[in-house]
Amino acid sequence: MNTNQICRAVMVLALSTSLTAVAEEKAVTDSDRIEQYREMISDGNPAEFDEMRGEELWKTPGGPKNVSLEKCDLGKGPGVVKGAYAEMPRYFKDTKMVQDLESRLLTCMTTLQGIPEEQITAKPFASEKKESDISSLATYVVGQSKGMKMKVSTKHPKEKEAYEIGKRIFNYRAGPYDFACSTCHATSGVRIRMQDLPNMRSSKKDAQAAYTSWPAYRVSQGLTRSFQWRLNDCFRQQRFPEPKFASEATIALTTYLAVSANGAEYVGPGLKR
Amino acid sequence: MNTKSMIGFAVSLSLAMVAAPSQAGDASKDLDAKTAMIVKRDFRDKGIAKATRVEQDELQAACSKYVDNLPKKLKAKLEAKEAEAIKWPADGKFMGDWKAGEKLAQSGRGMTWSDKEGDPNGGNCYNCHQLSSSEIAYGTIGPSLLNFGKTRGNGEDIQRYAYARIYNAKAGNACANMPRFGHMGILTEAQMKDLVALLLDPESPVNK
Repeated sequence: MNTNQICRAVMVLALSTSLTAVAEEKAVTDSDRIEQYREMISDGNPAEFDEMRGEELWKTPGGPKNVSLEKCDLGKGPGVVKGAYAEMPRYFKDTKMVQDLESRLLTCMTTLQGIPEEQITAKPFASEKKESDISSLATYVVGQSKGMKMKVSTKHPKEKEAYEIGKRIFNYRAGPYDFACSTCHATSGVRIRMQDLPNMRSSKKDAQAAYTSWPAYRVSQGLTRSFQWRLNDCFRQQRFPEPKFASEATIALTTYLAVSANGAEYVGPGLKR
Repeated sequence: MNTKSMIGFAVSLSLAMVAAPSQAGDASKDLDAKTAMIVKRDFRDKGIAKATRVEQDELQAACSKYVDNLPKKLKAKLEAKEAEAIKWPADGKFMGDWKAGEKLAQSGRGMTWSDKEGDPNGGNCYNCHQLSSSEIAYGTIGPSLLNFGKTRGNGEDIQRYAYARIYNAKAGNACANMPRFGHMGILTEAQMKDLVALLLDPESPVNK
């Protein structure tokens, strides 16, 4: 059993205990319970291990060029990590694209460190078998925006366009079930089974709470999950084909969701069931 | 059609007349075209979920464009088209086995890229609806169906109505959230009959 697994076992135990404790209160929803649990362990989210791993990766020379990522420009100048995530996605002059955090990390890892893109995108998400460098780097970077207000710009025409396209993708119905993001995330106060669903279209409060708590440690999976992973798994459940990692479609959708969260304090990396 | 559904119909009709905002204008048309290009390019095959799934049929495209709020005429046209395509059971029977229906209603599986070819699809019913009173882990995206048969009886009209609703919910409401279980080949005729029985059989836990 490695550290991660021990950690997970302890968490699951603690969670089930806290669930039993409140099982008799009828009106208490799963989300309330998870919220209670979140408070209980707020000083020790296992995502911190992933943040530390990411920080190490950021600062250690690596890739064919054997350089660190400390010259990587996340939008606030080369090497500035503090507060960068709270202003992403954003337009980057060098790539002439709007980029979210993970696509920007991909740019830095390929250009600065010389790692072939396919090597990163082949398996961009962590699994029980293997950690993901790009995912850990993302966890580190988001942690450096903790407590800061979300401030994602739509001033640049490309940013405005990404927002508009993201909104359309949010409402895009397709596949054998006719689902769009909006099928589950455009009504307030509804749930799938016992899982409460945030209304990302018309509830500022829901959109803010949902967006600012990702990336997150998923207790049920024992892994810290990135935002690209979050979207990927939503599309899986929508019965869509797979969105390509760090593609324009995913960046546009992220821009739409991030802008909806503007004004809220970023509180991630979060903790989820 | 009972009083309740008449009222529901009247409400949805008047809503459709009040507001049908489309993402109109030239700039918007460009963005629509660009979105279509991006979606087509940025999704790929994974397992049983092929990239072609992002190609929309007429109804999906219309509901996306009008953000589920169609102009009245278009709504009526699309609903008629969906209704016409309903394939009714050849034996004229609508009621199957409610026990099989309950199992099906519980299963949320099917058609994701992590499902395997040939795995049976679930009905996904409890994801969105309350059905049997004993199952408390139900979703609320759709209306509660508790006592569905108890309050409506189980005559042939209501059997036909329930079958049609499961086969193609869009025939009654073009941009409904509910999947078209028959139309899209998610469930078989026999499975849909089992779900009708779950809703209408007096012995079903939905009506107990």
